[in-house]
Amino acid sequence: MNAAAFKAFAPFTLLGVVTIAVMLLIAVRRNHHLAALSTIAGLLLCCIALPLAAPAAPIAVTPLFVVDGSVIFYSGLVLGSALVVAILSYAYLGGPEQGPREEYYLLLLTATLGAALLPASVHFASFFLGLETLSISLLGLIAYASPREESAEAGIKYLILGGASSAFLLFGMALIYADLGTMSFAQIGALARAGNPHDLFRLVGAAMILTGVGFKLSLVPFHMWTPDIYEGAPAPVTAFIAVVSKIAVFAVILRYFILADGQADASLRAGLAMIAILSMLGGNLLALMQNNVKRLLAYSSIAHLGYLLVAFLAGGALGNEAAAYYLAAYAVTSLGAFGIVAQLSTPGAGRDADRMEDYHGLFRTRPFLASSLALMLLSLAGLPPTMGFIGKFYLIASGVGAGLFWPVAALVVGSVIGIYYYLRVLVAMAMPVPAARSAAPPATAPLFGNVVIAVLLALLLMLGTYPAPAIALIRLTAGAVAG
Amino acid sequence: MNMLLILLLLIPAIGGVLAWLSGARHPDWPRWIAIFALAADLLLTLPLIGRAVMPGQSAWITSIDLPWIPQLGISFELNLDGLSLVLILLTIVLGLVSVVISWSEITERVGLFHANLLWATTGVIGVFLALDLFLFFFFWELMLVPMYFLIALWGHEHRFYAAIKFVIFTQGSSLLMLVAILALVFIHQRATGHLTFDYLALLGTKMSSATAFWLMLGFFIAFAVKLPAVPFHTWLPDAHTEAPTAGSVLLAGVLLKTGAYGLLRFVVPLFPAAAHEFAPVAMTLGVAGILYGALLAFGQNDMKRMIAYSSVSHMGFVLLGVFAWNTLALQGVVVQMLAHGVSTGALFILVGALQERIHTRDMRLMGGLWGAMPRLSGFGMIFAIASLGLPGLGNFIGEFLILLGSFRASVPFTVVASLGLVAGAAYALLLVQRAFHGRTTAQPGSAKPFDLTARHIAVMGGLVLAIIGLGLYPQPVFDQVAPGLAALQHEGTPPGNTPMEGQP
Repeated sequence: MNAAAFKAFAPFTLLGVVTIAVMLLIAVRRNHHLAALSTIAGLLLCCIALPLAAPAAPIAVTPLFVVDGSVIFYSGLVLGSALVVAILSYAYLGGPEQGPREEYYLLLLTATLGAALLPASVHFASFFLGLETLSISLLGLIAYASPREESAEAGIKYLILGGASSAFLLFGMALIYADLGTMSFAQIGALARAGNPHDLFRLVGAAMILTGVGFKLSLVPFHMWTPDIYEGAPAPVTAFIAVVSKIAVFAVILRYFILADGQADASLRAGLAMIAILSMLGGNLLALMQNNVKRLLAYSSIAHLGYLLVAFLAGGALGNEAAAYYLAAYAVTSLGAFGIVAQLSTPGAGRDADRMEDYHGLFRTRPFLASSLALMLLSLAGLPPTMGFIGKFYLIASGVGAGLFWPVAALVVGSVIGIYYYLRVLVAMAMPVPAARSAAPPATAPLFGNVVIAVLLALLLMLGTYPAPAIALIRLTAGAVAG
Repeated sequence: MNMLLILLLLIPAIGGVLAWLSGARHPDWPRWIAIFALAADLLLTLPLIGRAVMPGQSAWITSIDLPWIPQLGISFELNLDGLSLVLILLTIVLGLVSVVISWSEITERVGLFHANLLWATTGVIGVFLALDLFLFFFFWELMLVPMYFLIALWGHEHRFYAAIKFVIFTQGSSLLMLVAILALVFIHQRATGHLTFDYLALLGTKMSSATAFWLMLGFFIAFAVKLPAVPFHTWLPDAHTEAPTAGSVLLAGVLLKTGAYGLLRFVVPLFPAAAHEFAPVAMTLGVAGILYGALLAFGQNDMKRMIAYSSVSHMGFVLLGVFAWNTLALQGVVVQMLAHGVSTGALFILVGALQERIHTRDMRLMGGLWGAMPRLSGFGMIFAIASLGLPGLGNFIGEFLILLGSFRASVPFTVVASLGLVAGAAYALLLVQRAFHGRTTAQPGSAKPFDLTARHIAVMGGLVLAIIGLGLYPQPVFDQVAPGLAALQHEGTPPGNTPMEGQP
């Protein structure tokens, strides 16, 4: 590892150092504020370090990792989202004393470390290690420090299903390794192009990898765990699962497909198209009848990942750009939506504020959070003037450009169904305040949590009306992933 | 740089924010802010009247083109011609009217109401100005959200149902349009190597006739839903009935016109040959709308529903006229849009006033209102007969010219469409008879209903003058829109074909 590679990899090294530092800090002195603030500061440092490392890119860092434009973009998105989750967690856990909370931040950091390394992985070993670091930390986060039974239940569910999906993933990797004798993405691509196009081993291996990844991305038909775990996990952790882990897994699978030339495989493409269509329709249809906002957002995230697959299938420069922009829009919007749920909830209350009744009259009682949630929901629905609108436009553009008739048709139908349930939440917030709640004044959410929401909101509106800077950034970084 | 068109959009947009913020301080501030914002827009627009009516000049009165998303060939391109101008004037005037007549009706969340009203106006003005297809789509979607809130938050009994139905219909169809827009853009890019959403560049894009037909259909459905044309009209009676008065005025007066505008500006000029082949189908839908709307209007007891169905009938004329595609018919379409905006808007205002007074819209519970409310009833009478197309009032000019134009395009369609005038007379006179004449029935409201206030009288007086003006001397409107229509007709006539006159 030479000096240039070391410099390019510095943000990730720094994240590891921060993780160890926070661990030692907890061992020396248990203090919630100290642990939270050092985590936030550490993540902030990594976010700053990433663009500083950019001039060294693109560069291979050991056979396992690469640092290039797309790593800067997707890892940056991961780190930024993790920072937001950390601040929201601090606001969420910051209530009255309720036992130790420090390890939460440690788990958050290790999960972020795994997630940040995934976009940089170019080898099955780093792919699997990153994914497992992420998943096992998440397991702890889901069940962490909560008196609620649902949390423990969600944790166990995630453990079993996550374990099963990892097994699929490993088996798939092993099959491909047995077939081609290499675990490097680029070499797999080279050997696959030279070899038999109808190699059964490779096809089954790819299908198994797809199954494992389908679990992590909660795509239909591997989506069953999603609503339960989104509902059971504390709201900031839900935000983490919905955003950070999805970005990381999507980025690595995008790279794998480009390097290993999965796009050329017609049967794999057909399978992916089927999964995309099922996710878009299934996610939206299942969300229709939900009365729990976290479950509703869970099903909606299934649909959004399905939308994202349209750009994935489209491929090419436009497809990559569309995927990158849509992931950014999805990150901002989902962090905002779950962040608002977190701001409305207190962990001591026994459950998060996630029932539809909790949102009645919110425009009256919490005007700022309600208006923000309204805009986040409009963005999820793909209406202007939000990032979601531009993102959906981008996706449809990539799909139409690549002539994907059925996926685009499913996207259109799914979006129309989606409008109904997003607007249902809006309507609930506009309802009169229930009598039971109007007596008690609403608990005030911590100010810095609201500041984070305001920042997300500003991004949502600015990049929704003037997306040119974001697109320029994507062209500079993630657009170059094809190389 | 010509900032005028940007100001036209910025003033109501910022006015909306101010109105929202000021609502917490005093309920009357948002009203005044809305009036000032719209009046400022009106003052900016008025000096543009009369420009570009000289022959030989470009049809565009003023335009602006700024880079917006250069990476995707999208620019912030606004162009104004005579057609846009008259529709924008209609929008602003009806916006002002909506503010004034909401003065006593809207007392809850006044700030947010006026914010939404102004934002909806912004979206509509943007639709009439945008010539970049992406920008057009942006505004097209933008006007949806505030309109949804206007219906869902301040509407009547079934407002949530109506609002969601409205959004789902329009959103579904507009996504089809987005797909068609993108397909058109990519076809153009493949032919020229140049990625652009500029309408003027996309005009005359070569493609196979099957492709052109499908793309044309994508646009057509979006606009036919908004217009609305049978069979896409079912959202309209619900949305109109459940919306607050100002919402109904904006919906009927302005939003429906965006559909007609889209047909005129985009469907025919972008796909002339396909539109030409499709004309018999579209004209059938138009005629079906005229008769079906009139028939359903005849059968309604709810006054608002009846007016809503009469809109379907009137918009059927617009569809017929657009696809007849000759000068007479297009002039008729423009006048019909203006006259319908004024007369239907006025009728919705009167129903709103009635409901405020006697707390029902059910005509079975009305009767003999003339005695109690002579002024309201008198205005109601005027606009009802305007709606049936009495000569001397604006609607007559519109319908007459459309029929005259479509007669040259297709005799059978015109003959059947003329029956709509008879049906129109039937339902309009029935409205007058059931509500205003006859025996006075027991009023559900306890207090004795009072007649129109001065505020309403001023508004209605203005609208009466407008509808009579349109009916007696429509020439200024024709002059204003002539260059724009001529340019559209030039683009919209398929090459190698004579203009559609004389052919079905």
